[in-house]
Formats: sequence, structure tokens, C-alpha cells
Amino acid sequence: MIERSRFRFDGHLLLVWAAPLTITAIFVWIVGGVLLHGLDQLSWSYLVEAPRRAGRQGGIGPILVSTLLIVSVCLAVAIPLALGAALLLAEFVPRRSTGARIVRLSLDVLAGVPSIVFGLFGSAFFCSLLGLRFSILSGGLTLACMILPVLIRTIEQSLRGVPNAYRMGAAALGLTRTRAIVTVLLPVAAPGVLVGVLLGVGRAVAETAALIFTSGYVDRMPSSVLDSGRALSVHIFDLSLNVPGGDAAAYRASIVLLLLLMLINGGMLCIHSLLKRVMGISAQI
Amino acid sequence: MFQSVIDSPRRHGVIDVRLRRTLWGVAGLASSIIAVVVAVVATEALPALRGVELPRFLNDPSWHPTNQRYNLAPMIAGTFLVAGGAVALGTLFGFLSAIFCCFYAPPRLAGLYRGVMELLAGIPSVILGLWGLTTLVPIVAAIKAPGFSVLSATLVLGLMIVPTIGLVAIASLQSVPRSLILGAEALGLPKWLTVVRIAFPAARSGLIASVVLGIGRALGETMAVMMVGGNIVQVPESLFAPVRTLAANIALEIPYAEGLHRSSLFVSGLFLTLVILVVLCIAEWLGPEPIHD
Repeated sequence: MIERSRFRFDGHLLLVWAAPLTITAIFVWIVGGVLLHGLDQLSWSYLVEAPRRAGRQGGIGPILVSTLLIVSVCLAVAIPLALGAALLLAEFVPRRSTGARIVRLSLDVLAGVPSIVFGLFGSAFFCSLLGLRFSILSGGLTLACMILPVLIRTIEQSLRGVPNAYRMGAAALGLTRTRAIVTVLLPVAAPGVLVGVLLGVGRAVAETAALIFTSGYVDRMPSSVLDSGRALSVHIFDLSLNVPGGDAAAYRASIVLLLLLMLINGGMLCIHSLLKRVMGISAQI
Repeated sequence: MFQSVIDSPRRHGVIDVRLRRTLWGVAGLASSIIAVVVAVVATEALPALRGVELPRFLNDPSWHPTNQRYNLAPMIAGTFLVAGGAVALGTLFGFLSAIFCCFYAPPRLAGLYRGVMELLAGIPSVILGLWGLTTLVPIVAAIKAPGFSVLSATLVLGLMIVPTIGLVAIASLQSVPRSLILGAEALGLPKWLTVVRIAFPAARSGLIASVVLGIGRALGETMAVMMVGGNIVQVPESLFAPVRTLAANIALEIPYAEGLHRSSLFVSGLFLTLVILVVLCIAEWLGPEPIHD
């Protein structure tokens, strides 16, 4: 009886195996398609040259620089804010206090805002109201607002992951909490914080909708952060939708974007496994 | 317990009080961002909310905002249609994926497939859109022109939210007490029944939350849908008809919109945000854990 039921062919078994197979096949199809269409003309010069003929030819040098600048601005603003808020939530206020609840609720709501609305907000607030116009600064600031909730959450979790013995040890040595945070807690939590930062970078690099109307389309080499600059994802979008015959170039840029994201993810996984092995702390990815 | 020892006010030096104040300032700044976002978007939407009566956004003759016609109904219909289809697809495949990982696959394979879903979740929407544009749209066009259609948009968007739903569903199925599953097995219940009758009810709140999260994601997605949807302003009458969603409408028109036109786009952005927030509130209320990522 048991034997028979084990070997009986079940319809649901087919269903349960078919779904993941389909998804995996499509995933391979997408990544394979991107590689197939774009790999042939990828070279070092592509990464450093300026785009020609609206991006159909030439490289993506200025676009990579713009992307880097946008992400740098984003991180320069978001990391201090996130670190501060996460330290407060993890170390200074009880989890269920009213203050902590309000901070958490507002961050949860912020995380729910769709990226296109961040784009609207950025163009109205940073570009028009603050007079920054289409610029790398506007784009970076908009992205900073967007990734802040994720950043705070991961940093808070990694701070909470630090064993209480460290805090007690520091207190027993008579350290002020400030000194304990700077010399003990932050160094111990640093790998987890880094994982959070990389997660945020991944989001920022992949984002398009929030950047179109904040950092703009200009594909020249930016001379300062007040210049407009085209992010890599915006470049792909523009090539595929607005430039006739730009598909091949869009795929080429997609490979670079995917490589970039893989690098970020790889870094994250390395740090994560290192963390698990060396410290026995499990950061949340 | 130890926390309270460290927390006692006696031990707070002046420096600690100062740090605490600074951190409160920083956290206050971070949590006021949402208020600023809503205030700015609402302020920009105000002229249109004042100048155009609210019902007109639904029953004006057409969407010709430069000629004072502000009918957003086709875009609203398109948004819900595409999101609805995508969520249905995403739920089916997401749940099946989660069942596969938690109950059927050998552990190594389950881990591997989880990795695939995590990678899929990490593919930027603009690349999925590009893939849809160059691969999926021609396939759909071979069945029925033009290919830029509700179907293409639904498929791409559905693919995007499979990992969203699947990964959360895995987490909630894994949190089902092991004893329930073992008990069902001990009673000789077939695996499928164990999943459907024992694990699913036990993980219900998390599973519902995963779907609601998918709905939120589907409603707000812009790039991929815009790239494969065709973007014609009409209530699509078939799966093969082009569609324009609210988010795509904003992205397409904001570069040149002025005056009430621009303002009415902010109205649609505000509307979209409110719908998503309501959806996420439902998820928060149903879900056991905060689930915003």
C-alpha cells in the first residue's frame, strides 16, 4: 500500500516540478539572451569611450561615471542618516516605545512608495523647489530617500546581532556608551552594515523610474555633481525605447549592469559567509 | 535585563546624552522624509484637485490634458487589469515554487532554486523590459499584432513578482511548526494534502501577506510595463490590445507636461501611492512580521 502510493504518478507532482522548471528556464532565457545579444562587442574600450550616435556606437564611459557619482551622492547622504536612525532604534530606545514605533511606521510607509512617485517627488522638490535642476545631485538625493528604509532595517538588524556580552564588557570597563558604540559595537557590526549598504547600492544601481526626471538624460561626461548625468539603467531604457536600432547597444549596456549587480551581490555573499564563519553572527540579507 | 543596567540614567554621561540627542535628530529627519514626499506631491497635485472636479478624472470624454480633458479611467483600468493578471500568475508560480522548495525538492536543489529566485528578483526591471521588448513582444505579435499588449505586460510583470511572492511564501511556510507537518505524515496523510490542508492554513497570514506585497509591487512598477505595454490610452478590449498604466502615463508625459496637465499627473501619482499604501496596510495587518522588503 505504502509502496504503491510512493510510486504512483501524481498530477500535482508534475505541477510542483513544472513551475520551478519554467521559472528557471525563463531566467536562463533572459540572462542567456542578454549575453548572446550583447557579448560580441564588449571590450575595454566600450567601458571608457564616450557614446556616439545616441549610444548606438561608442562606449559608456561618461555614463559609468555618472552612475558612480549618483550612487556616491546617494550613499553619502543615506549612510549617515541610516546609521544614526539604526543606532537609535537598536541601542537607545526600547523596541516597543512610542518613539521607535513612529520612526518605524514612517519608514515602512516610505518603503511602500512606488519609485515613479519618488521620481515625481524628486523632480518637484530637488529639481524645482531647491533649484538643483536636472542634476546628479537631484538624482542621488532622490535615490537616498528611496533606499533609506532598507538601509536602516539591515543596519539595525546587524547591530541587534551583536551579542550583549560586548555591551556589558564595555560598560564594565567604564566606557561611555558613545565610546562603546564607536570602538566596540560598530566595528563588530561593520560587516553586517556593509551588507546593508551593498543591498542599498544594488537597489540604487537597478533603479530607473526615479532617475529619469531627476538626473536626466544627458550622456556627456559630467563636470560636477550639479551637471545632468545619465545613469546606466536610464541609458538602457533610452536605447531600447527611444533610439531606433539601439537594441544591440542596450543589450551591451545590460551586460555591464548585470555584471555590476553580480559584483555587488557577490561581495555581499562573501561578507555574509565570512561573517557566519568568523563571528557566528548571521546578518539578514 | 542587562539592557536595563546599561540604560540606567545614572550611567549616561554628558557625551551619551549628546549622542542620544543627535541620533534622535537624525532619526527624526529620516522619518520626516515620508511627510515631505506626501506634502510635496500633494502640493503639486493641488491645482488640479482644485481646478478639476474629482469625478471628471473618471468621466471626462477623454484624456487630452492639453485640451482640459482629464479622464484617467483608461489608465486606472489598465493598471488594475495588468496588475491583476500579473498577481494571479505570480501567486500561482510563486506558491508552487514555495511548495517545491519547502516540501518536494531535495535540500540542495531547494537552495539552488531559491538562489535562482533571488537572482531573478535582482534583475533590474529595465532589463526585464528590454527582454520583453525584444523577445516576448515579437512572440505575442506572431499570435496577434501588435504584440505590445496587456498579455505581454502581464507576463513580464508576473515574472517580476514571482520571486517577490515566492520568497516570502517560503519564509512563511518554513515558519510552520515542524510538529504539524510530522503529525500529518505520521497520520499517513499524502504529501499534497499535508501541504494544502495543514501547511497552507497554518501559514495563511504570511501567504496572504506575500500576495498583498506582490500586489503593491505590481501596481507601482513602471519601466517594464511601459516598455512592453504599447501605451495607447484606451480601455483594452482584449488581451492583445495595447495598454497604458498610471505609472507609465506619468513617466511618458511628465517630461513635457505643464500647468494643470502636470498637476493632474501628480494627482495620479498621489492616487497610486494611496492605493499601494492601503494595500500594504492590509498586508501589515494580516502579516505576522513587518514585511517591507
